[in-house]
Amino acid sequence: MFADWPLLSLLVWTPIIGGLVVLLAGDHGGAQGAKKLALIFSIVTFALSIPLFTEFDTTTSAMQFVERYSWISTFNINYYFGVDGISMPLIILTSFITVIVILAGWEVIKTKPSQYMAAFLIMEGLMIAVFSALDAIFFYVFWEGMLIPMFIIIGVWGGANRVYATIKFFIYTFIGSVFMLVAMIYMYYQSGSFDIQDMHNLKLSMDEQFWIFLAFLMAFAVKVPMWPVHTWLPDAHVEAPTGGSVILAAIMLKIGGYGFIRFSLPITPDASHMLDWLVILMSLTAVVYIGFVALVQNDMKKLVAYSSISHMGFVTLGLFVVFMIWENPANSDLSGATLAVEGAMIQMISHGFISAAMFLAIGVLYDRMHSRNISDYGGVVNTMPTFVAFAVFFAMANVGLPGTSGFVGEFMVILASFKANFWFAFLAALTLIIGAAYTLWMVKRVFYGDIANDNVAKLNDLNSREFLIMSLLAIAVLILGLWPAPVIDVMHASVDNLLHHIAVSKL
Amino acid sequence: MTLDALNISIAWPEIFLLSMTCLLLVVDVFLDQAKRNASYLIAQFSLLGTLVLTWVNMAGQRVEAFNGTFVVDPLADVLKIFICLVVSLVFVYSRGYLKDRNIFKGEFYVLGLFGVLGMMIMVSSNHMLSLYLGLELLSLSLYAMVAFNRDSGASAEAAMKYFVLGAIASGMLLYGISIIYGVTGSLNIPEIANNLVKQPEMNIGLIFGLVFLVVGLAFKLGAVPFHMWIPDVYHGAPTTVTSYIASAPKIAGFAIIIRVLVEGLGALQSDWQGMLIILAVLSLAVGNVVAIAQTNLKRMLAYSTISHVGFILLGLLAGTKSGYSSSMFYILVYSLMTLGGFGVILLLARSGFESEELADFKGLNQRSPWFAFMMLIFMFSMAGVPPTVGFWAKLSVLSAVVDVNMLWLALIGVFFSIIGVFYYLRVIKLMYFDEPVSASAIDNTIEMKVALSFNGVIILILGVYPGALMSLCFSVFN
Repeated sequence: MFADWPLLSLLVWTPIIGGLVVLLAGDHGGAQGAKKLALIFSIVTFALSIPLFTEFDTTTSAMQFVERYSWISTFNINYYFGVDGISMPLIILTSFITVIVILAGWEVIKTKPSQYMAAFLIMEGLMIAVFSALDAIFFYVFWEGMLIPMFIIIGVWGGANRVYATIKFFIYTFIGSVFMLVAMIYMYYQSGSFDIQDMHNLKLSMDEQFWIFLAFLMAFAVKVPMWPVHTWLPDAHVEAPTGGSVILAAIMLKIGGYGFIRFSLPITPDASHMLDWLVILMSLTAVVYIGFVALVQNDMKKLVAYSSISHMGFVTLGLFVVFMIWENPANSDLSGATLAVEGAMIQMISHGFISAAMFLAIGVLYDRMHSRNISDYGGVVNTMPTFVAFAVFFAMANVGLPGTSGFVGEFMVILASFKANFWFAFLAALTLIIGAAYTLWMVKRVFYGDIANDNVAKLNDLNSREFLIMSLLAIAVLILGLWPAPVIDVMHASVDNLLHHIAVSKL
Repeated sequence: MTLDALNISIAWPEIFLLSMTCLLLVVDVFLDQAKRNASYLIAQFSLLGTLVLTWVNMAGQRVEAFNGTFVVDPLADVLKIFICLVVSLVFVYSRGYLKDRNIFKGEFYVLGLFGVLGMMIMVSSNHMLSLYLGLELLSLSLYAMVAFNRDSGASAEAAMKYFVLGAIASGMLLYGISIIYGVTGSLNIPEIANNLVKQPEMNIGLIFGLVFLVVGLAFKLGAVPFHMWIPDVYHGAPTTVTSYIASAPKIAGFAIIIRVLVEGLGALQSDWQGMLIILAVLSLAVGNVVAIAQTNLKRMLAYSTISHVGFILLGLLAGTKSGYSSSMFYILVYSLMTLGGFGVILLLARSGFESEELADFKGLNQRSPWFAFMMLIFMFSMAGVPPTVGFWAKLSVLSAVVDVNMLWLALIGVFFSIIGVFYYLRVIKLMYFDEPVSASAIDNTIEMKVALSFNGVIILILGVYPGALMSLCFSVFN
């Protein structure tokens, strides 16, 4: 029944128009008016995203739900939406997380709730558009446009040092992306269109690929973020309101990983091959070094922020280790590479749920105590048993306990890395120890032990709204952990196609 | 000489505007202060009439008049329509401000309209003399307008500076014109072009004249290193006049660059391209870097203008049709967003309070979410962040430069626009993240609020659908 619907347009424009409606309605309709309106729009959007999954044809790698109209004829720019198995799961993740975020802001946001809700709705539309745009400039418009609501969210509803954090966030990302824009314009004059799939098939010399790859690397590495351009993330995460942190960690970071898959690998396969050591080096540094950095944090949000960088290291590792797997003569087929890329994809989705849950858990504590310092807590389990049950579950997922989604992606990437080089796998596997160390140590200090002070003694356990949010995320983490097959099936054809494409040199 | 050779009919918009301005000059004398609104309405009617006449007489192709001194082509028509539109908006924005300061006088409109006439002649000039005539008509009106608030010392100083520097620039231009005349034997622009093609060998006198011409034009446009007057004049002039200077005359400046450098001296493209590269890079650098240090919004926008001029020159120096079209698109977009930026300053100004310091914008979101949002759009548009139209302007100019294999210039352009982002973000930071200093409500005329909202929404709509305006700009040069 959805075959004739312009589903992707609906998914993009419903939240954006919803955001404008909420903005115009303002805060006049009572304290909860804007929030209810926003919730309705976000649920409608989520409902609209479900047919993407149910109607998805898993046998093809071609773009589905395609919509294409001429937009700016002067530069041959098209209004061009379409999804494949790589972008579709990310879109559903986005629409799901936005519902959670709107619920999470229900009681907490007191100043200008309509603007807050509108910013998140508009951002949801922009993020879905980023995942489904198939025209480079069309993609870029949403990619950059996304910065505006996030800039406002961190700056208006953030913590004490929010202005510094948000300007740093904006400028870092902007620096990364403008060079990508120049690369896109360059390719436009080579191929005559901004169509991403035309760019995939565009012949480029090694020199051209080298520079284009670097331009893309700047844009996506900042977004992921990869060491050493990660420094904006801890600041932004710490200062952002809970909802902002959730969106940043759960979705915005994924856009970087998605960019590598959609642009870097297929457009510049030879340069990616040549420079894969650089990306792998950056990824492993993130996994190991940033893991240690997380260990010494006193601020819970900062700890989770560093943990995010460390986990995203697996994504970039999985994407770029494929070239090393091919080089290894022991591997004759694509299966190792498929494992790596699919592992990276699963890791992105799983991290979307887990990091969202971790930030929400910290948000639950912060709303009550107005502190993120680990030292201000202790023995929370005595007063908030239900909450701690959830929080410990998510912490275990963050560590990568088998049965949770955190295990699947990391395990796949580590397994694939073995086929490339023992030491890659060894270093990557260190995260199982380091991750356990920083996560569980935080769990011990915050949740267990005796009640640390009077404030902790006065804590109330989860209310029904918070319980709902936590349960939804816990279910998602469990399903993806126990039965990831449907998600892998969805992406399999597209990943296979991608790997066949990049296995062929463009030179 | 017959009337046919004069071909007067194509100049109807200018003739109408001149008559109306003279009428206003007379009528205004007999109005007492209470009825001054009549002058305002006459001025708006004149602009509207001129716009409509231009629209109705739109020429599909190039038509010359007045023995080849005056030309009407699609380029001229489009630019004239935009000039009228922009100045009309300036007048709307100005009324409350002028009244608050007791300078709500007919002279403002008379001078403003004479300026428009000057700009229209510049846009339509096909002869060096008519070009110079239009330029001087505009400049003289502007000098007087800058000094319009005669009790303000800063205003008088700015006017003096502007006059002296502007006169030097006019002198340069005139000198350049005379040398070109000496070499090519003509002042008629197409004839200059023809004569240049006939004498292919290098001529040192020609280059000499070209240098003076480029200097004069750069002065009028405000490209570095001939930008010194811009910050002082923008800062010292009454904000209404600043919004006038910053918007419409740039459109006319673009037109005379096209007329002189492209249509007249197109054969020397390789020579002026090098000069424009230097001007463009310096403008981008100085404009964006120095703007960061400003605490006064008018000065900040002045430096921002300089950096935009750098971008406009980038498109022009590409020397291709798509380059000129991109520049034209950029200048039209620029005039709209600059107007909006100054419009917000004018909106917030009250009697005795200029609201031109950056700090005056603190907490605007709490005082007026809608106009804070408008300013946000103007700032992001100037910074070139999608989905505002400023992004498309930058994109088209950058792609014109990449098209002629000057990738490095495009990289310099985006590099400095990164720096530029910082000071635009600072304005947004003040409006959204800081607490307001004064809680007073926004008090201005309804028409002003409507027009300003229209201005902001246009920037957004053009950002979502730039195709029509872009095609228009590209069709003009084909």
